[in-house]
Amino acid sequence: MTPVLSVKPLLAILLALGLPAVLVSSRSANLREAWTFGAAGAMLAVIASMVPAVLGGACLEWTLVSILPGLALQLRVDAFGLLFALVSSSLWIVTTLYSIGYMRGLQEHSQTRYYCFFALSLAAAVGVAFSANLLTLYLFYEMLSFATYPLVTHHQDGEARASGRKYLAYILGASIGLVLPAMLMVHHLAGTLDFTAQGILDGHAGTSQTAALLVMLVFGFAKAGIMPLHAWLPAAMVAPTPVSALLHAVAVVKVGVFSVVRVMSGIFGADFLARLHLGTLVAVVASITIIGASLIALSQDGLKRRLAFSTIGQLSYIVLGAALLSPSGLSGAMLHIAMHAFGKITLFFCAGAIFVATGKKYISEMKGIGWAMPVTMGAFFIGALSVIGLPPCGGFISKWYLLMGTLEADRIALLFVILASSILNAAYFLPIVYQAFFCSPAESRFERRMHEAPRWCVVPPVVTALASVGLFFYPQPFLALARLATGALLGGP
Amino acid sequence: MWDDFVRLAVAKANYWIYIVLMCIGLWGMIVKGNLVKKIIGMNILQTAIILFYVSIASKAGATLPIITHHGPGTDSIQAVGHINPLPHVLMLTAIVVAVATLGVALALAMRIHRDYGTLEEDELLAMMREK
Amino acid sequence: MSVHYPALVVVMPVVAALIIAILAWVHPSRALPVAVAALAAAAGAAAMMLVRVLAHGPFAYHLGGWPPPVGIAYEIDHLNALVLAVMAAVALINLLAVWPQAEQRFAERTVFFYALYLLFCAGTFGILVTGDAFNLFVLLEITSISGYALIGLGRRDAALASLNYVFMGTIGASLYLLGIGYLYLVTGSLNMADMAAILPRIQDSRVVTAAFIICMTGLFMKMALFPLHGWLPNAYSQAAGPVCSLIAPLTTKTMIYVMVRIGLYVFSPQFTFGRLDLARAMVWLAVMAIVFGSLTALAQTNLRRMLCYVVVAEVGYMVGGFWLGTRTAMTGAILHIVNDAAMTLCVFLVVGTIGHQLKSDTFDTLRGAFRRMPWTMAVMVVAGLSLIGVPPTCGFFSKWYLLGGALAAGHWGLAGALVFSSLVNTLLFFRIFEIAYFEPVNTGNYGHAAPLRYAEAPPAMLAPMIAAAMGLIVLGLLTGEIVTRLIAPAIPAAIP
Repeated sequence: MTPVLSVKPLLAILLALGLPAVLVSSRSANLREAWTFGAAGAMLAVIASMVPAVLGGACLEWTLVSILPGLALQLRVDAFGLLFALVSSSLWIVTTLYSIGYMRGLQEHSQTRYYCFFALSLAAAVGVAFSANLLTLYLFYEMLSFATYPLVTHHQDGEARASGRKYLAYILGASIGLVLPAMLMVHHLAGTLDFTAQGILDGHAGTSQTAALLVMLVFGFAKAGIMPLHAWLPAAMVAPTPVSALLHAVAVVKVGVFSVVRVMSGIFGADFLARLHLGTLVAVVASITIIGASLIALSQDGLKRRLAFSTIGQLSYIVLGAALLSPSGLSGAMLHIAMHAFGKITLFFCAGAIFVATGKKYISEMKGIGWAMPVTMGAFFIGALSVIGLPPCGGFISKWYLLMGTLEADRIALLFVILASSILNAAYFLPIVYQAFFCSPAESRFERRMHEAPRWCVVPPVVTALASVGLFFYPQPFLALARLATGALLGGP
Repeated sequence: MWDDFVRLAVAKANYWIYIVLMCIGLWGMIVKGNLVKKIIGMNILQTAIILFYVSIASKAGATLPIITHHGPGTDSIQAVGHINPLPHVLMLTAIVVAVATLGVALALAMRIHRDYGTLEEDELLAMMREK
Repeated sequence: MSVHYPALVVVMPVVAALIIAILAWVHPSRALPVAVAALAAAAGAAAMMLVRVLAHGPFAYHLGGWPPPVGIAYEIDHLNALVLAVMAAVALINLLAVWPQAEQRFAERTVFFYALYLLFCAGTFGILVTGDAFNLFVLLEITSISGYALIGLGRRDAALASLNYVFMGTIGASLYLLGIGYLYLVTGSLNMADMAAILPRIQDSRVVTAAFIICMTGLFMKMALFPLHGWLPNAYSQAAGPVCSLIAPLTTKTMIYVMVRIGLYVFSPQFTFGRLDLARAMVWLAVMAIVFGSLTALAQTNLRRMLCYVVVAEVGYMVGGFWLGTRTAMTGAILHIVNDAAMTLCVFLVVGTIGHQLKSDTFDTLRGAFRRMPWTMAVMVVAGLSLIGVPPTCGFFSKWYLLGGALAAGHWGLAGALVFSSLVNTLLFFRIFEIAYFEPVNTGNYGHAAPLRYAEAPPAMLAPMIAAAMGLIVLGLLTGEIVTRLIAPAIPAAIP
């Protein structure tokens, strides 16, 4: 990788970071939303413009300020970071569209505040993606924690308050209590915090020290939702649905797994972890989460809660893929960030559309809804297929790579974990779709008459569902980026 | 044994005196419930330290540090023959500080008395708790 | 002119205080411009000295032209140039922020408030620049006495709180004076540099040990180190808002500076950290201070008292960092003096403003505060994040060094206490934010629903406050510069 000096990564972050200033000063709602679209579009354009350079083998760098001796706030765009940034920023546009339909449809209060903090969250998520060292990553990670708090607690009622508490307790408790000391220890041992392809701890830390640091860092990034630090995610579902969709299926939670993968590859190094057999440790933890979360999801009646537990399980796929330390596993993990994002956001969009149109939140109340909302439920079906990992959806590709990875790493047990989980996924998603369409008129809770949500609540899930299908047939550029990133991290092809 | 003790007590008399005074002052500040008595204790504490400084300036057989013979051709000044003037000068400042502290403390005590009609600490605390 | 900066920093506020005291009879309304001008001049001089130290290194100023050890020398080096510049800025920003509040609150007594304010600043700045141990005592008492009087200006119960502070403060100052007396006894000098040259030759003497312990004990009382902190919460929470936001950032931090100065530059680091095993005990005391301060803060229902206990915990940070005696931890302790002064200014300004605008500082008053005072609360959020230790605010970076030093030294107690305190601070501030964000505005008594009254402070008060909040972030981003160019040269080479 050849480092190239470029202001583009900073520009991408500043586009979202500066947006609140414009939003606060703009008087009308239309103007406010136009600005948001403008910023989101510009951000995607800037990020997309970096793709050719990165695919050409360059990595774009920009040093903001040398904040401590030998430690700078530094941005570096490599293939992995770019992949994540591309997913987040493209979905931000769709989500903004959806937000307009949802927030106006429900006549939510404080919409300016909502759009401001949404922009800040996106800036932080892209910042995490572009961080060149652990300190910068930590800075943006914490910024994301605080920027999402007003979004999670948007309704400002008792339930929001309790959830907000839980959210902060888990996220901040883990990041201050585990990540911060671990980061200082790493700095003390290695003398640097830069992410490098080989890791920085090799030769500086003993086995037990490394194991302790790994545990602190993997659990410390609680946004990854690894059990037992997952309980904040179902609680955070009190947020308005667009927040759940973009932040709690894509940006926030993926920032968590992104950080975990980044730390495992950039700080510890794949070789080092493999030599100490520490990948297995993480793989076991992730497997427990995958199976556990899927089982819990089966028993949830709240649609958003079921989706939340599904997310917890799917996040651990990514951690598991990275923990395999094999090329296909790592590629699969990175691809899954993108593929799961498109699938899960569709599901959340649909859940929100159902809520806006009918006010229903529980799966048991949704019998026969397919006749009232065929478009929404059709999109839901595609999203579900993608998350389960069936063709013709993008989810199939990432799952394929993950399965390949388990074979490459020669871990048949993990192969069965993924297969078992896929069956469980099907078991908790497909009945929803089945009941929506195939139930007797007597059981149906809905009249057989079209009653869709407002237009801007329906178009986005259709778009993302189509994108999910599209990604099956044309997985570029994500596949290329994931392969490139894997090559850079593992040193292989 | 006894002789040693007496010799020690006499030779270091100034230290004993200032320590005893200091303890009296501290005792007054801690134990007494009346604010004015506490203030008196504080003043005794400060005075004890002033006495300590003044006492360490003295030397056996020395006289006042007033130089009468100076200028060219006279004998050089024998520092041994004069007590050390510096601690005295320092203590002039310390006395001013002590007076200022006393003034502020008394002013505060007067305000407390005006507002609450008492200077007994336990009564004051009781009145504050009731409020 | 430029050679006189060290003296000007002290003399300007004193002269201005006298002028204001005289103006009180003729033109009370002119007092404010005089006070602002004097503090601005002092802050300017402090900034110029910082620039000079950065360019040419430490320099000294001999008062009245008498060379030390006979005369009093003001010695400016990297350490005090840094602390002085920040403290002068804090004093100036605070005056700019609180004068409208002070004029309303103190009415015709405002003039005396300004005079005392300037005397307090003069004393503080003097403590920072002086190189003479006895002069330091005098300036310490100037600061303290004006501080007692300022606190006495507060509400009804303030007089008793202030009087208790007088007692504790006087014991502390007297102990310091006694310690200096013993040092004078064995070195025959009061000049710090001179003493530092003589002390290594006689450091086995028991008198030196006694002097050290007595001196430090006095300072611990003055800096409110647990368990000698009893005076602080009462005195600060009873003081008037404008007074509190001056005294809280300056007093304890200045005393910690004095501890650093005496520990490193009068006694040698070998003596301070090597002798007596005192250092180990002190770190554990600091751990207790942090834990006790944090837990007690949790139990408070009054905003100001809560912050007072946070200050007690923060004192523990710096004391712990100092007594660890390693370079990283020392860097953290010194950096935290500066950062904590800025953070404390910020939070106490906010609390003072809330107290002034909403007439109370219990948690209940805060209901709906985000709607009622959005800008003030925004400053509170920044200051809160800094106290929690979130990058890029300055609080994170001093914690970085302190925690890094503790981990590197293998002192798990201190490291644990620092993390614990961060977590408790999160709890403390988010409890406030929750009340201010979620709860509806207090409805008035007797069923009269109070409308959601916008109660934001006037721009004259807001602007300095926002500047202070920005300062927290700027200080944070400048950490690298501060550490390499000011703190690194300030730490003696003898510290590993």
